[in-house]
Amino acid sequence: MTGNDLFQIVLYFGALLLLAKPLGIYMARVYEGEQFLPVRIIGPVERIFYRLCGIHPDEEMDWKQYAVAVLLFSVAGVLLLYLLQRVQGVLPLNPQKFPAVSPDLAFNTSLSFVTNTNWQDYGGETTMSYLTQMAGLTVQNFVSATAGMAVLVAVIRGFKRHSSKTIGNFWVDLTRSALYILIPLSLIYSLLLVSQGVVQSFRGYKNVTLTQAITYNTAKLDENGNPIKDAIGNPVTEKAEIKGQVIPMGPAASQIAIKQLGTNGGGFFNVNSAHPFENPTPFSNFLEVLAILLIPAALCATFGRMIGDMRQGRALFAAMLLVLVTMTALCIWSEQHGNPRLAALGVDQTASALQPGGNMEGKEARFGIANSAIWATATTAASNGSVNSMHDSFTPLGGLFPMLLIQLGEIIFGGVGSGLYGMLIFAIITVFVAGLMVGRTPEYLGKKIEMFEMKMASLVILIVNALVKIGTAIGVSTGAGVAGVANPGPHGFSEILYAFSSAANNNGSAFAGLSGNTVFYNTALGIAMFFGRFWVIIPVLAIAGSLAKKKQVPASLGTLPTHTPLFVAFLIGVILIVGALSFMPGLALGPIAEQLMAGR
Amino acid sequence: MANLCPLAYKFLVATEKKMFTMIRNAFMSLILFTILAGFVYPLVVTGIAQAIFPSRANGSIITRGGKPVGSALIGQQFEDPGYFWGRLSATTPYPYNGGSSSGSNLGPNNPELMKAVQARIHAVRTADPDNKAKIPVDLVTASGSGLDPHISPAAAEYQVQRVAKARGLDETTVRALVAKETQGRWLGILGEPVVNVLKLNIALEGLPKTKTMRVVP
Repeated sequence: MTGNDLFQIVLYFGALLLLAKPLGIYMARVYEGEQFLPVRIIGPVERIFYRLCGIHPDEEMDWKQYAVAVLLFSVAGVLLLYLLQRVQGVLPLNPQKFPAVSPDLAFNTSLSFVTNTNWQDYGGETTMSYLTQMAGLTVQNFVSATAGMAVLVAVIRGFKRHSSKTIGNFWVDLTRSALYILIPLSLIYSLLLVSQGVVQSFRGYKNVTLTQAITYNTAKLDENGNPIKDAIGNPVTEKAEIKGQVIPMGPAASQIAIKQLGTNGGGFFNVNSAHPFENPTPFSNFLEVLAILLIPAALCATFGRMIGDMRQGRALFAAMLLVLVTMTALCIWSEQHGNPRLAALGVDQTASALQPGGNMEGKEARFGIANSAIWATATTAASNGSVNSMHDSFTPLGGLFPMLLIQLGEIIFGGVGSGLYGMLIFAIITVFVAGLMVGRTPEYLGKKIEMFEMKMASLVILIVNALVKIGTAIGVSTGAGVAGVANPGPHGFSEILYAFSSAANNNGSAFAGLSGNTVFYNTALGIAMFFGRFWVIIPVLAIAGSLAKKKQVPASLGTLPTHTPLFVAFLIGVILIVGALSFMPGLALGPIAEQLMAGR
Repeated sequence: MANLCPLAYKFLVATEKKMFTMIRNAFMSLILFTILAGFVYPLVVTGIAQAIFPSRANGSIITRGGKPVGSALIGQQFEDPGYFWGRLSATTPYPYNGGSSSGSNLGPNNPELMKAVQARIHAVRTADPDNKAKIPVDLVTASGSGLDPHISPAAAEYQVQRVAKARGLDETTVRALVAKETQGRWLGILGEPVVNVLKLNIALEGLPKTKTMRVVP
C-alpha cells in the first residue's frame, strides 16, 4: 500500500465523519415533524401532496397496516415500471428508437428498481428510452430509497414509544423523506455533477468523425443474416472500417445523483460510474463515492437523536466504520499488489509518481487503485451496487472483500434505512447472546427482547441466507445457470455466488462477466430480490410493532450498556461470526481457491 | 348473508374500505412522485444545466475547424505508431464503441486475459523495438468503461520515443507536449495524474515538423 492509498482512506472517511452528524440531525428534525425553516418553505407542497392523494397525515398505523402500505406502494411501483418498459417503443422521448423491453428483462428490472437493488441485466445506452430512464427508473430510485427510510423511522419509533399500538404513518414518512431530504440533495448533487461533465440533455446521440479510422474483423453474413462458415466450421470474417464515433446522451446527471444518494446504484450507462459521462473526474468520483455512504451514515445520528441518546447511534456507527475501514484497506492492499501473472510477463505494476500501478484491468486511469478500491468496498458495504471499476477483474482477494461485505447482510452502513434496521436486528441478537452468557433477560434501549423478537430477527437472517445459498446451488447445478458464466474455474463459481448474494441482499453490483440477461437469471434473481427485500421488511416491522407495545424497562445495574467499546466489539464479533459461519464454505470454493491458484 | 351476520359484514366493509383507501393512496402518491421526481426534477436540472454548463451538459464535444471530432471525455482508438495509444478497450464489435460501453470482465487468472495482454505487449514492442523499458500496466490492460480517455503519464512517457521517431520530431518537443497535456491530481489530492490521449494527439498534429528523420551514422 502506498502513502497516497492511506491518504485517500483518511480523506474519504474524514469527510464522511464530518458530514454525517449535521445531516443526521436535520433528518431527525424532519421526521419528528419539528417546525423549522425547511418545513416552512416546503410544507405547503407537502400539504398539497397529502390532499391530492387523500392522505390523512395524523392517522397512525399499526405495524400490519404499515407493512400493507409498503407492499401496496411497491406493487404499484412494479406494475407501472413494468408497463412503461413494455410500451416504451411507442412513447415519446425515445430518440434512439429503442423497442419494448423483453418481458423477462422488464420483470427483472422493475423488481430490481422497486426493491432498491438496481441490479441491471441491460446496458442503459442500448436498451432504455429517455422516458423510461427518467419517469420510470429515476422515480423508483427515489421512492424505493424513501420506502427504506420510512421503515427505519417506524422501527426507531418502535424503540422510542411504549404501550403504543401504532408506529407512525407510512405515507407521511415516505413523503417527508423525498421532499425534505432526497429531492433537495439530488438537485444540488446533479448540478455539481454536470459541472464536471456528466451529460444532462434530451438530444439524441451525437456522431463525430474519428481522428484515426478503425479497421476490425467482423463475421461475414449471408442474405438471411446468419454467419457464413468455412470448410472446417470457423466463421468467415471480413474487414470493416469505422470512421465515426457515437457519443451517447441523455438526462444522466439527474439520475446519477439519486442513484448514489439513495443507495440505488443503477447506472444510466452500461458500465455505471466507470463511464466517463457518468463519472468524468476525480472530483465527481469523490462526490459520488461520498454520496454512497452519506445518508446511511447520517441515519445513525438520526437514530441517536430520535431515541434521545446519541451514544447509541455512535456505537452502531463505530461498529460499521471499523469493519469497513479494515476491509477497504485490505482490498486496496490486494489490488495495489497487482496480478502476479502480469508481473511474470514483464509488465510494470509498481506505483510511482507517474502511474498508480497495481491491477489496472477493469479500472479507469483517472481513478487508479485507491479510488477504485474505496468505491468497491463502499458500494458493497452500503447496498448501493454502483461501480467505478469492474469487480469481476479484481484480484481474488480484492474481489473477496466486496462480496463478503454484501454477504454480511448489507448492514455495514447498508441501504438507506434498510442498512440501519438490519444493524438493529444484529444489535438485538447481540444483546440476546450476551443475555444468554450471564443468564439475564436481554434488553435493548429499554425494551425487553423476548421470544417473538428473536424469532423475527432469526427469520431476517435466515431468509436472506437461504435465498443466497439455494439460488447459488440452483445456478451451479443447472445448464441455464452455468451457461451464463464468463470466466473458467473457481472464478466462474464466484460470479454465480456474487450474483445471488447481490440480488438477495439488494445490493445490485455484479461480477459482470456473468450473462444475466437470460430467462433463467432474470427470473431467479428477480425472485431473490423480491423476497430479500419484503420478507425482511415484514419481520422487521413486526418487531417494531411488538416493541412499541412494550413498557419501558428502566436500566438497572445488571443491564448491559449498549454504547460502550465492549458492546461495539461484541457486536462486530457477532456480525463476523454469523457472516463467517454462513459464507466461509462458499468463499473457500470461489475467491480463496482462486487466490491459491494465482501465479501458478 | 348480510342480514345473517351483521357484525362480520360490518367488519368486512370496514377493512375493504380501508384497503380501498390504501390502494388509492398508493397509486396517487406514485403518480405524484412520477410527476415530481420523474418530470419536474429532471427538467429543472436540464434547464439549469443547459443554461450554466451548455458544453459539459452536451458531452464536452471537441471541434476542429467547426467539425465535431470527439468528446474530451470519451477515448478513441489509435493504432498508428505516430499517435499516442490509449488503454485497451473491450467494447464490441470494435474498440471504443461509444454507443455500447463495456469492460472485459476477465478474471485475473483467465487465460483470455493473458492472451489479450500478450497480444498488446507484442504490438507495443513491434512498433518500438528499441524501447527496452518495462511497459506500464495501464497500457496493456482494458479500462472499466472501454472508453477511458486517459493514460498514466508513465504510459505516455513510454511512447514518446516511438511517436517522435514516427513523426520525425525531436523527443524533447514531444515530451514537452506530454507535460503540457498532463493533468495532475484534482487539487493535488484526488484521483491520479493522467494524460488525455485524444487531446494529446490533436495537439501533436498541430506541431510543426521541425526535423527530418535522424540519419544513422
